[in-house]
Amino acid sequence: MQSSFIPGPRVLPDGIEYWAAASEQKFMVPHCNNCGQHHWYPRAHCPFCHSDEIVLRESPGTGQIYSFSIMRKAEGGDFVIAYIALSEGVTMLANIVTDDPDSLRVGQEVGVVFVSSKTGQLVPMFELKSR
Amino acid sequence: MNESSKACIAGAFEHPLRKAPDKSVAQLHFECARGALEDAGLDFDQVDGYFCAGDAPGLGALSMADYLGLKLRHVDSTDMGGSSYIAHVAHAAHAIAAGKCSVALITLAGRPRSEAYTGTQTRSWGDDVPDAPFEAPYRLNTVNSYAMAAKRHMHEFGTTSEQLAWVKVAASHHAQHNANAMLRNLVTVREVLDSPMIADPLHRLDCCIVSDGGGALVVVRPEIARELKRPVIRIKGAAETIKGQLGGRVDLTWSGGAITGPAAFTQAGIRPSDIRYASIYDSFTITVLMQLEDLGFCAKGEGGKFVADGKLISGIGPLAVNTDGGGLCNNHPSNRGGMTKVIEAVRQLRGEAHPAVQVKDCALAVAHGTGGQLGTRHGSATLILERI
Repeated sequence: MQSSFIPGPRVLPDGIEYWAAASEQKFMVPHCNNCGQHHWYPRAHCPFCHSDEIVLRESPGTGQIYSFSIMRKAEGGDFVIAYIALSEGVTMLANIVTDDPDSLRVGQEVGVVFVSSKTGQLVPMFELKSR
Repeated sequence: MNESSKACIAGAFEHPLRKAPDKSVAQLHFECARGALEDAGLDFDQVDGYFCAGDAPGLGALSMADYLGLKLRHVDSTDMGGSSYIAHVAHAAHAIAAGKCSVALITLAGRPRSEAYTGTQTRSWGDDVPDAPFEAPYRLNTVNSYAMAAKRHMHEFGTTSEQLAWVKVAASHHAQHNANAMLRNLVTVREVLDSPMIADPLHRLDCCIVSDGGGALVVVRPEIARELKRPVIRIKGAAETIKGQLGGRVDLTWSGGAITGPAAFTQAGIRPSDIRYASIYDSFTITVLMQLEDLGFCAKGEGGKFVADGKLISGIGPLAVNTDGGGLCNNHPSNRGGMTKVIEAVRQLRGEAHPAVQVKDCALAVAHGTGGQLGTRHGSATLILERI
Protein backbone atom coordinates (compact mmCIF):
# COMPACT_ATOMS: atom_id res chain seq x y z
CA MET A 1 0.00 0.00 0.00
CA GLN A 2 1.48 3.30 -1.10
CA SER A 3 1.16 5.87 1.66
CA SER A 4 1.11 8.77 -0.81
CA PHE A 5 -2.49 7.84 -1.70
CA ILE A 6 -3.82 7.39 1.85
CA PRO A 7 -5.62 10.50 3.12
CA GLY A 8 -4.53 11.56 6.59
CA PRO A 9 -7.34 11.71 9.14
CA ARG A 10 -8.73 15.04 10.24
CA VAL A 11 -8.05 14.80 13.97
CA LEU A 12 -11.00 16.22 15.90
CA PRO A 13 -10.76 17.04 19.64
CA ASP A 14 -12.27 13.72 20.74
CA GLY A 15 -9.86 11.78 18.51
CA ILE A 16 -6.56 13.30 19.68
CA GLU A 17 -5.76 10.47 22.13
CA TYR A 18 -6.61 7.71 19.61
CA TRP A 19 -4.41 9.16 16.89
CA ALA A 20 -1.55 9.99 19.29
CA ALA A 21 -1.52 6.31 20.30
CA ALA A 22 -1.56 5.25 16.65
CA SER A 23 1.54 7.40 16.13
CA GLU A 24 3.26 5.14 18.68
CA GLN A 25 1.94 2.05 16.86
CA LYS A 26 -0.57 1.35 19.59
CA PHE A 27 -4.05 0.32 18.46
CA MET A 28 -6.75 1.46 20.87
CA VAL A 29 -10.39 0.45 21.17
CA PRO A 30 -12.81 2.61 23.17
CA HIS A 31 -14.38 1.01 26.23
CA CYS A 32 -17.14 2.34 28.47
CA ASN A 33 -16.40 2.07 32.19
CA ASN A 34 -20.06 2.60 33.00
CA CYS A 35 -21.66 -0.24 31.01
CA GLY A 36 -18.53 -2.28 30.31
CA GLN A 37 -18.96 -2.43 26.54
CA HIS A 38 -16.60 -1.61 23.70
CA HIS A 39 -17.86 0.49 20.83
CA TRP A 40 -16.66 1.65 17.43
CA TYR A 41 -15.90 4.26 16.04
CA PRO A 42 -14.16 6.22 18.83
CA ARG A 43 -16.10 9.09 20.38
CA ALA A 44 -16.32 10.90 23.72
CA HIS A 45 -19.49 9.13 24.87
CA CYS A 46 -20.87 5.59 24.85
CA PRO A 47 -23.44 5.02 22.07
CA PHE A 48 -25.11 2.32 24.20
CA CYS A 49 -25.50 3.85 27.69
CA HIS A 50 -24.55 7.45 26.80
CA SER A 51 -22.10 7.75 29.65
CA ASP A 52 -18.95 9.77 29.01
CA GLU A 53 -16.77 7.43 31.09
CA ILE A 54 -14.84 6.31 28.03
CA VAL A 55 -11.31 4.99 28.15
CA LEU A 56 -9.16 3.83 25.27
CA ARG A 57 -7.87 0.32 25.87
CA GLU A 58 -4.84 -0.98 24.03
CA SER A 59 -5.92 -3.80 21.75
CA PRO A 60 -3.94 -6.75 20.36
CA GLY A 61 -5.43 -5.67 17.00
CA THR A 62 -6.66 -9.09 16.01
CA GLY A 63 -9.86 -10.00 14.23
CA GLN A 64 -11.53 -11.60 11.24
CA ILE A 65 -12.57 -10.22 7.87
CA TYR A 66 -16.34 -9.55 8.12
CA SER A 67 -16.59 -8.28 4.53
CA PHE A 68 -14.35 -6.60 1.99
CA SER A 69 -14.16 -5.14 -1.50
CA ILE A 70 -11.25 -4.77 -3.89
CA MET A 71 -11.38 -1.24 -5.28
CA ARG A 72 -10.18 -1.52 -8.87
CA LYS A 73 -8.34 1.09 -10.91
CA ALA A 74 -7.92 3.41 -7.96
CA GLU A 75 -5.29 6.10 -7.93
CA GLY A 76 -2.10 4.31 -6.91
CA GLY A 77 -3.48 0.87 -7.78
CA ASP A 78 -6.06 -1.56 -6.43
CA PHE A 79 -6.71 -1.45 -2.70
CA VAL A 80 -8.85 -3.46 -0.30
CA ILE A 81 -11.46 -1.87 1.94
CA ALA A 82 -12.91 -4.13 4.63
CA TYR A 83 -14.91 -4.44 7.80
CA ILE A 84 -12.81 -6.19 10.45
CA ALA A 85 -14.62 -7.96 13.30
CA LEU A 86 -12.20 -7.28 16.18
CA SER A 87 -11.68 -9.73 19.03
CA GLU A 88 -13.22 -7.06 21.32
CA GLY A 89 -16.57 -7.71 19.62
CA VAL A 90 -16.82 -4.54 17.55
CA THR A 91 -16.44 -4.25 13.79
CA MET A 92 -14.40 -1.47 12.21
CA LEU A 93 -13.81 -0.13 8.74
CA ALA A 94 -10.19 -0.48 7.56
CA ASN A 95 -7.93 -1.42 4.69
CA ILE A 96 -6.27 -4.79 4.26
CA VAL A 97 -2.65 -4.57 3.13
CA THR A 98 -1.92 -7.42 0.73
CA ASP A 99 -0.10 -8.25 -2.47
CA ASP A 100 -2.74 -10.83 -3.39
CA PRO A 101 -6.21 -9.31 -2.92
CA ASP A 102 -7.90 -11.95 -5.07
CA SER A 103 -7.08 -14.66 -2.54
CA LEU A 104 -8.82 -12.87 0.37
CA ARG A 105 -11.85 -14.55 1.92
CA VAL A 106 -14.48 -13.52 4.46
CA GLY A 107 -13.59 -15.00 7.86
CA GLN A 108 -9.81 -14.92 7.48
CA GLU A 109 -7.76 -13.96 10.55
CA VAL A 110 -6.02 -10.59 10.41
CA GLY A 111 -3.73 -8.50 12.60
CA VAL A 112 -3.10 -4.78 12.83
CA VAL A 113 -0.27 -2.98 11.02
CA PHE A 114 0.42 0.74 10.86
CA VAL A 115 0.76 2.54 7.55
CA SER A 116 1.82 6.12 7.02
CA SER A 117 -0.68 8.45 5.36
CA LYS A 118 -0.13 11.54 3.23
CA THR A 119 0.15 13.71 6.34
CA GLY A 120 2.60 11.34 8.00
CA GLN A 121 0.01 10.23 10.56
CA LEU A 122 0.19 6.44 11.08
CA VAL A 123 -3.12 4.75 10.35
CA PRO A 124 -4.14 1.30 11.65
CA MET A 125 -4.69 -1.22 8.87
CA PHE A 126 -4.73 -5.02 8.78
CA GLU A 127 -2.86 -7.85 7.12
CA LEU A 128 -3.44 -11.59 6.99
CA LYS A 129 -1.96 -13.45 9.92
CA SER A 130 0.83 -15.73 8.79
CA ARG A 131 0.02 -19.38 9.45
CA MET B 1 -58.35 5.56 8.05
CA ASN B 2 -55.24 6.94 9.62
CA GLU B 3 -53.65 10.37 9.75
CA SER B 4 -51.38 10.07 6.77
CA SER B 5 -54.20 8.77 4.59
CA LYS B 6 -55.81 12.20 4.76
CA ALA B 7 -53.68 13.40 1.87
CA CYS B 8 -53.28 12.61 -1.83
CA ILE B 9 -50.60 12.95 -4.49
CA ALA B 10 -52.14 15.21 -7.11
CA GLY B 11 -49.14 16.14 -9.25
CA ALA B 12 -45.92 14.46 -10.39
CA PHE B 13 -43.27 15.52 -12.87
CA GLU B 14 -39.94 14.07 -13.97
CA HIS B 15 -37.68 16.47 -15.82
CA PRO B 16 -37.08 15.10 -19.35
CA LEU B 17 -33.40 16.12 -19.44
CA ARG B 18 -30.63 13.74 -18.37
CA LYS B 19 -27.85 16.23 -19.12
CA ALA B 20 -28.36 19.90 -18.33
CA PRO B 21 -25.05 21.80 -18.52
CA ASP B 22 -26.82 25.02 -19.51
CA LYS B 23 -29.24 25.17 -16.60
CA SER B 24 -28.62 26.02 -12.95
CA VAL B 25 -29.70 23.65 -10.20
CA ALA B 26 -32.23 26.20 -8.93
CA GLN B 27 -33.61 26.58 -12.47
CA LEU B 28 -34.12 22.81 -12.65
CA HIS B 29 -35.99 22.94 -9.31
CA PHE B 30 -38.27 25.61 -10.76
CA GLU B 31 -38.94 23.69 -13.96
CA CYS B 32 -39.78 20.57 -11.96
CA ALA B 33 -42.07 22.54 -9.61
CA ARG B 34 -43.89 24.09 -12.57
CA GLY B 35 -44.22 20.71 -14.23
CA ALA B 36 -45.74 19.03 -11.17
CA LEU B 37 -48.15 21.91 -10.51
CA GLU B 38 -49.26 21.89 -14.17
CA ASP B 39 -49.73 18.13 -13.94
CA ALA B 40 -52.00 18.63 -10.91
CA GLY B 41 -53.83 21.62 -12.41
CA LEU B 42 -52.67 23.94 -9.63
CA ASP B 43 -50.74 27.24 -9.49
CA PHE B 44 -47.71 28.40 -7.54
CA ASP B 45 -50.05 30.78 -5.66
CA GLN B 46 -51.88 27.81 -4.14
CA VAL B 47 -48.75 26.22 -2.68
CA ASP B 48 -48.58 26.77 1.09
CA GLY B 49 -46.16 23.97 2.07
CA TYR B 50 -42.68 23.36 0.66
CA PHE B 51 -40.31 20.39 1.03
CA CYS B 52 -36.75 19.96 -0.22
CA ALA B 53 -33.51 18.26 0.87
CA GLY B 54 -29.76 18.64 0.59
CA ASP B 55 -29.75 18.96 -3.20
CA ALA B 56 -31.43 22.38 -2.95
CA PRO B 57 -28.77 25.08 -3.29
CA GLY B 58 -27.89 27.68 -0.70
CA LEU B 59 -29.81 27.51 2.55
CA GLY B 60 -32.09 24.88 1.08
CA ALA B 61 -35.77 25.64 1.61
CA LEU B 62 -34.93 29.19 2.70
CA SER B 63 -33.16 29.98 -0.58
CA MET B 64 -35.60 28.04 -2.72
CA ALA B 65 -38.84 29.47 -1.29
CA ASP B 66 -37.61 32.98 -2.01
CA TYR B 67 -36.33 31.98 -5.47
CA LEU B 68 -39.56 30.19 -6.40
CA GLY B 69 -41.74 33.01 -5.04
CA LEU B 70 -43.65 30.85 -2.58
CA LYS B 71 -45.88 32.08 0.25
CA LEU B 72 -45.66 29.36 2.89
CA ARG B 73 -47.35 28.20 6.07
CA HIS B 74 -45.24 25.04 6.40
CA VAL B 75 -41.62 24.13 5.56
CA ASP B 76 -39.66 20.86 5.91
CA SER B 77 -36.11 20.27 4.70
CA THR B 78 -35.49 16.82 6.18
CA ASP B 79 -32.44 15.28 4.54
CA MET B 80 -32.18 11.50 4.40
CA GLY B 81 -30.08 11.40 1.24
CA GLY B 82 -31.81 9.90 -1.75
CA SER B 83 -34.77 8.63 0.25
CA SER B 84 -35.67 12.16 1.45
CA TYR B 85 -38.47 12.70 -1.05
CA ILE B 86 -40.24 9.47 -0.10
CA ALA B 87 -40.19 10.67 3.51
CA HIS B 88 -41.31 14.15 2.38
CA VAL B 89 -44.54 12.71 0.97
CA ALA B 90 -45.34 11.23 4.38
CA HIS B 91 -44.33 14.44 6.14
CA ALA B 92 -46.54 16.43 3.79
CA ALA B 93 -49.44 14.09 4.54
CA HIS B 94 -48.94 14.60 8.27
CA ALA B 95 -48.74 18.36 7.86
CA ILE B 96 -51.92 18.38 5.77
CA ALA B 97 -53.74 16.15 8.27
CA ALA B 98 -52.67 18.52 11.06
CA GLY B 99 -54.00 21.52 9.14
CA LYS B 100 -50.55 23.05 8.63
CA CYS B 101 -50.88 23.31 4.86
CA SER B 102 -53.20 22.32 2.00
CA VAL B 103 -50.97 22.15 -1.09
CA ALA B 104 -47.47 20.79 -0.49
CA LEU B 105 -44.75 21.04 -3.14
CA ILE B 106 -41.70 18.72 -3.04
CA THR B 107 -38.76 19.37 -5.39
CA LEU B 108 -35.46 17.71 -6.26
CA ALA B 109 -32.84 18.66 -8.85
CA GLY B 110 -29.14 18.39 -9.54
CA ARG B 111 -26.52 18.08 -12.25
CA PRO B 112 -23.84 15.64 -11.11
CA ARG B 113 -23.35 14.47 -14.72
CA SER B 114 -22.40 17.94 -15.90
CA GLU B 115 -20.19 18.32 -12.84
CA ALA B 116 -18.39 15.02 -13.65
CA TYR B 117 -19.26 13.32 -10.37
CA THR B 118 -18.53 9.59 -10.05
CA GLY B 119 -19.42 7.09 -7.32
CA THR B 120 -15.76 6.17 -6.89
CA GLN B 121 -14.95 9.61 -5.49
CA THR B 122 -14.69 10.02 -1.75
CA ARG B 123 -17.70 12.06 -0.66
CA SER B 124 -17.11 14.65 2.00
CA TRP B 125 -20.00 15.88 4.11
CA GLY B 126 -17.91 18.57 5.83
CA ASP B 127 -15.05 18.95 8.29
CA ASP B 128 -16.82 18.06 11.51
CA VAL B 129 -18.42 14.74 10.56
CA PRO B 130 -17.65 12.48 13.54
CA ASP B 131 -17.21 9.25 11.55
CA ALA B 132 -14.99 10.72 8.81
CA PRO B 133 -11.62 10.53 10.63
CA PHE B 134 -12.12 6.78 11.04
CA GLU B 135 -13.29 6.15 7.48
CA ALA B 136 -11.73 8.66 5.07
CA PRO B 137 -8.18 7.26 5.48
CA TYR B 138 -9.50 3.94 4.19
CA ARG B 139 -10.88 5.57 1.02
CA LEU B 140 -14.49 4.69 1.67
CA ASN B 141 -16.72 5.70 -1.23
CA THR B 142 -20.24 5.03 -2.42
CA VAL B 143 -19.46 1.99 -4.54
CA ASN B 144 -17.17 0.14 -2.15
CA SER B 145 -19.61 0.71 0.71
CA TYR B 146 -22.40 -1.06 -1.18
CA ALA B 147 -19.91 -3.65 -2.45
CA MET B 148 -19.15 -4.79 1.10
CA ALA B 149 -22.88 -5.32 1.73
CA ALA B 150 -23.02 -7.38 -1.47
CA LYS B 151 -19.97 -9.44 -0.50
CA ARG B 152 -21.42 -10.25 2.92
CA HIS B 153 -24.78 -11.18 1.39
CA MET B 154 -23.00 -13.58 -0.96
CA HIS B 155 -21.06 -15.07 1.97
CA GLU B 156 -24.09 -15.61 4.21
CA PHE B 157 -26.73 -16.58 1.66
CA GLY B 158 -24.92 -17.79 -1.46
CA THR B 159 -26.19 -14.91 -3.56
CA THR B 160 -24.43 -14.82 -6.96
CA SER B 161 -23.25 -12.15 -9.37
CA GLU B 162 -25.63 -13.65 -11.96
CA GLN B 163 -28.59 -13.05 -9.66
CA LEU B 164 -27.51 -9.46 -9.05
CA ALA B 165 -27.11 -8.96 -12.79
CA TRP B 166 -30.78 -9.85 -13.34
CA VAL B 167 -31.75 -6.62 -11.53
CA LYS B 168 -29.94 -4.62 -14.23
CA VAL B 169 -31.33 -6.82 -17.01
CA ALA B 170 -34.90 -6.16 -15.79
CA ALA B 171 -34.22 -2.42 -15.60
CA SER B 172 -32.96 -2.43 -19.19
CA HIS B 173 -36.06 -4.29 -20.38
CA HIS B 174 -38.17 -1.50 -18.90
CA ALA B 175 -35.93 1.37 -20.03
CA GLN B 176 -36.12 0.36 -23.71
CA HIS B 177 -39.71 1.72 -23.66
CA ASN B 178 -38.81 5.01 -21.94
CA ALA B 179 -37.95 7.66 -24.54
CA ASN B 180 -36.28 9.83 -21.88
CA ALA B 181 -34.15 7.06 -20.32
CA MET B 182 -30.41 7.71 -20.34
CA LEU B 183 -29.65 4.07 -21.26
CA ARG B 184 -32.20 2.35 -23.52
CA ASN B 185 -30.20 -0.61 -24.78
CA LEU B 186 -31.16 -4.12 -23.68
CA VAL B 187 -28.52 -5.71 -21.48
CA THR B 188 -27.85 -9.41 -20.83
CA VAL B 189 -26.57 -11.11 -17.69
CA ARG B 190 -23.34 -11.90 -19.57
CA GLU B 191 -22.86 -8.22 -20.44
CA VAL B 192 -23.20 -7.24 -16.78
CA LEU B 193 -20.67 -9.88 -15.72
CA ASP B 194 -18.29 -8.87 -18.52
CA SER B 195 -18.44 -5.16 -17.68
CA PRO B 196 -15.40 -3.85 -15.78
CA MET B 197 -15.17 -4.68 -12.08
CA ILE B 198 -15.41 -1.44 -10.11
CA ALA B 199 -15.42 -2.67 -6.52
CA ASP B 200 -15.72 -6.44 -6.06
CA PRO B 201 -18.30 -7.87 -6.44
CA LEU B 202 -19.97 -4.89 -8.16
CA HIS B 203 -19.34 -4.45 -11.89
CA ARG B 204 -19.86 -1.23 -13.77
CA LEU B 205 -23.33 -2.39 -14.87
CA ASP B 206 -24.29 -3.19 -11.25
CA CYS B 207 -24.05 0.57 -10.63
CA CYS B 208 -26.65 3.23 -11.31
CA ILE B 209 -26.14 5.98 -13.83
CA VAL B 210 -25.13 9.55 -13.00
CA SER B 211 -27.64 11.97 -14.53
CA ASP B 212 -28.72 15.61 -14.38
CA GLY B 213 -32.34 16.63 -13.98
CA GLY B 214 -34.89 16.38 -11.24
CA GLY B 215 -38.50 15.88 -10.31
CA ALA B 216 -41.34 17.25 -8.21
CA LEU B 217 -44.51 16.12 -6.45
CA VAL B 218 -47.63 17.90 -5.23
CA VAL B 219 -49.45 16.53 -2.18
CA VAL B 220 -52.88 17.98 -1.34
CA ARG B 221 -55.90 17.67 0.92
CA PRO B 222 -58.34 14.99 -0.35
CA GLU B 223 -61.05 17.62 -0.96
CA ILE B 224 -58.68 19.43 -3.32
CA ALA B 225 -57.61 16.19 -5.03
CA ARG B 226 -61.20 15.27 -5.79
CA GLU B 227 -61.80 18.61 -7.54
CA LEU B 228 -58.83 18.14 -9.86
CA LYS B 229 -58.94 16.24 -13.15
CA ARG B 230 -56.29 13.70 -12.16
CA PRO B 231 -56.75 10.21 -10.63
CA VAL B 232 -56.75 10.40 -6.83
CA ILE B 233 -53.71 8.70 -5.28
CA ARG B 234 -53.99 8.28 -1.53
CA ILE B 235 -51.14 7.86 0.93
CA LYS B 236 -52.01 4.62 2.70
CA GLY B 237 -48.94 3.86 4.79
CA ALA B 238 -45.49 5.27 5.46
CA ALA B 239 -42.48 4.83 7.71
CA GLU B 240 -38.90 6.00 7.99
CA THR B 241 -35.77 5.22 9.98
CA ILE B 242 -32.02 5.58 10.04
CA LYS B 243 -29.67 2.63 10.35
CA GLY B 244 -25.95 2.97 10.97
CA GLN B 245 -23.09 0.91 12.33
CA LEU B 246 -24.90 0.16 15.60
CA GLY B 247 -22.03 1.28 17.80
CA GLY B 248 -19.72 -1.17 16.05
CA ARG B 249 -22.08 -4.15 15.97
CA VAL B 250 -22.06 -3.90 12.20
CA ASP B 251 -24.55 -6.11 10.37
CA LEU B 252 -24.59 -5.57 6.61
CA THR B 253 -27.23 -8.21 5.90
CA TRP B 254 -30.23 -5.96 6.52
CA SER B 255 -31.19 -2.37 5.80
CA GLY B 256 -33.54 0.06 7.53
CA GLY B 257 -36.24 -1.31 5.23
CA ALA B 258 -36.57 -4.19 7.68
CA ILE B 259 -38.03 -1.61 10.09
CA THR B 260 -39.89 0.71 7.71
CA GLY B 261 -41.43 -2.03 5.53
CA PRO B 262 -43.33 -3.86 8.25
CA ALA B 263 -44.33 -0.54 9.87
CA ALA B 264 -45.71 0.87 6.61
CA PHE B 265 -47.54 -2.33 5.69
CA THR B 266 -49.09 -2.50 9.17
CA GLN B 267 -50.29 1.08 8.88
CA ALA B 268 -51.72 0.39 5.43
CA GLY B 269 -53.39 -2.80 6.61
CA ILE B 270 -52.05 -4.84 3.69
CA ARG B 271 -49.30 -7.38 3.03
CA PRO B 272 -46.42 -7.41 0.52
CA SER B 273 -48.26 -10.14 -1.42
CA ASP B 274 -51.02 -7.58 -2.14
CA ILE B 275 -48.52 -5.46 -4.13
CA ARG B 276 -47.87 -5.99 -7.84
CA TYR B 277 -45.81 -2.87 -8.53
CA ALA B 278 -42.91 -1.55 -6.43
CA SER B 279 -40.42 1.26 -7.00
CA ILE B 280 -37.29 0.09 -5.19
CA TYR B 281 -34.26 2.35 -4.96
CA ASP B 282 -31.67 0.86 -7.30
CA SER B 283 -28.47 2.73 -6.56
CA PHE B 284 -26.83 -0.66 -7.14
CA THR B 285 -28.21 -4.08 -7.96
CA ILE B 286 -27.58 -5.29 -4.39
CA THR B 287 -29.72 -2.45 -3.02
CA VAL B 288 -32.81 -3.79 -4.79
CA LEU B 289 -32.21 -7.37 -3.73
CA MET B 290 -31.74 -6.53 -0.05
CA GLN B 291 -34.63 -4.07 0.11
CA LEU B 292 -37.03 -6.61 -1.42
CA GLU B 293 -36.07 -9.03 1.36
CA ASP B 294 -36.32 -6.39 4.07
CA LEU B 295 -39.73 -5.18 2.91
CA GLY B 296 -40.99 -8.75 3.10
CA PHE B 297 -41.48 -9.55 -0.60
CA CYS B 298 -39.37 -12.65 0.05
CA ALA B 299 -37.55 -14.19 3.01
CA LYS B 300 -34.11 -12.91 4.09
CA GLY B 301 -31.52 -14.66 1.95
CA GLU B 302 -34.01 -15.52 -0.81
CA GLY B 303 -33.55 -12.25 -2.70
CA GLY B 304 -31.25 -13.80 -5.27
CA LYS B 305 -33.87 -16.29 -6.37
CA PHE B 306 -36.60 -13.63 -6.20
CA VAL B 307 -34.88 -11.31 -8.70
CA ALA B 308 -33.39 -13.94 -11.04
CA ASP B 309 -34.59 -15.05 -14.46
CA GLY B 310 -36.38 -11.83 -15.34
CA LYS B 311 -38.88 -12.03 -12.51
CA LEU B 312 -38.72 -8.25 -11.88
CA ILE B 313 -39.77 -7.51 -15.48
CA SER B 314 -43.35 -6.29 -15.77
CA GLY B 315 -45.64 -9.13 -16.87
CA ILE B 316 -43.22 -11.93 -15.96
CA GLY B 317 -42.91 -12.22 -12.18
CA PRO B 318 -45.36 -11.57 -9.33
CA LEU B 319 -43.88 -8.11 -8.73
CA ALA B 320 -42.90 -5.55 -11.38
CA VAL B 321 -40.04 -3.31 -10.18
CA ASN B 322 -38.91 0.08 -11.52
CA THR B 323 -40.83 0.10 -14.79
CA ASP B 324 -39.27 3.42 -15.83
CA GLY B 325 -35.86 1.77 -15.98
CA GLY B 326 -34.93 2.99 -12.51
CA GLY B 327 -31.68 4.53 -11.49
CA LEU B 328 -29.80 1.75 -13.24
CA CYS B 329 -30.99 2.85 -16.71
CA ASN B 330 -33.42 5.76 -16.67
CA ASN B 331 -32.54 8.54 -14.25
CA HIS B 332 -30.73 9.25 -10.97
CA PRO B 333 -30.79 13.04 -10.71
CA SER B 334 -28.54 14.59 -8.07
CA ASN B 335 -27.48 11.04 -7.07
CA ARG B 336 -30.76 10.92 -5.17
CA GLY B 337 -33.21 8.33 -6.45
CA GLY B 338 -36.21 8.64 -4.13
CA MET B 339 -38.10 11.23 -6.16
CA THR B 340 -38.22 9.20 -9.37
CA LYS B 341 -39.31 6.17 -7.31
CA VAL B 342 -42.48 7.99 -6.21
CA ILE B 343 -43.09 9.42 -9.69
CA GLU B 344 -43.10 6.01 -11.41
CA ALA B 345 -45.36 4.58 -8.68
CA VAL B 346 -47.80 7.43 -9.40
CA ARG B 347 -47.65 6.69 -13.14
CA GLN B 348 -48.45 3.04 -12.49
CA LEU B 349 -51.39 3.88 -10.20
CA ARG B 350 -52.78 6.36 -12.74
CA GLY B 351 -52.39 3.82 -15.55
CA GLU B 352 -49.97 6.22 -17.23
CA ALA B 353 -46.88 4.02 -17.36
CA HIS B 354 -45.74 2.96 -20.84
CA PRO B 355 -48.27 0.38 -22.13
CA ALA B 356 -45.48 -2.18 -22.50
CA VAL B 357 -44.71 -2.03 -18.78
CA GLN B 358 -48.04 -0.93 -17.26
CA VAL B 359 -49.23 -3.32 -14.52
CA LYS B 360 -52.88 -4.14 -15.25
CA ASP B 361 -55.37 -2.55 -12.81
CA CYS B 362 -52.57 -1.32 -10.57
CA ALA B 363 -54.37 -0.05 -7.46
CA LEU B 364 -51.62 -0.41 -4.85
CA ALA B 365 -47.93 0.48 -5.11
CA VAL B 366 -44.86 0.76 -2.93
CA ALA B 367 -42.06 3.31 -3.21
CA HIS B 368 -39.03 2.59 -1.05
CA GLY B 369 -35.61 4.14 -0.74
CA THR B 370 -32.20 3.76 0.89
CA GLY B 371 -30.39 7.10 1.02
CA GLY B 372 -26.78 7.59 2.05
CA GLN B 373 -24.73 4.40 2.09
CA LEU B 374 -26.03 0.90 2.65
CA GLY B 375 -22.61 -0.15 3.98
CA THR B 376 -22.21 2.58 6.61
CA ARG B 377 -25.28 4.64 7.53
CA HIS B 378 -28.45 5.22 5.58
CA GLY B 379 -31.95 6.61 5.76
CA SER B 380 -34.77 4.28 4.77
CA ALA B 381 -38.25 5.41 3.81
CA THR B 382 -41.26 3.39 2.67
CA LEU B 383 -44.45 4.72 1.12
CA ILE B 384 -47.55 2.71 0.26
CA LEU B 385 -49.91 4.39 -2.19
CA GLU B 386 -53.42 3.52 -3.34
CA ARG B 387 -55.57 4.70 -6.24
CA ILE B 388 -59.11 5.43 -5.07
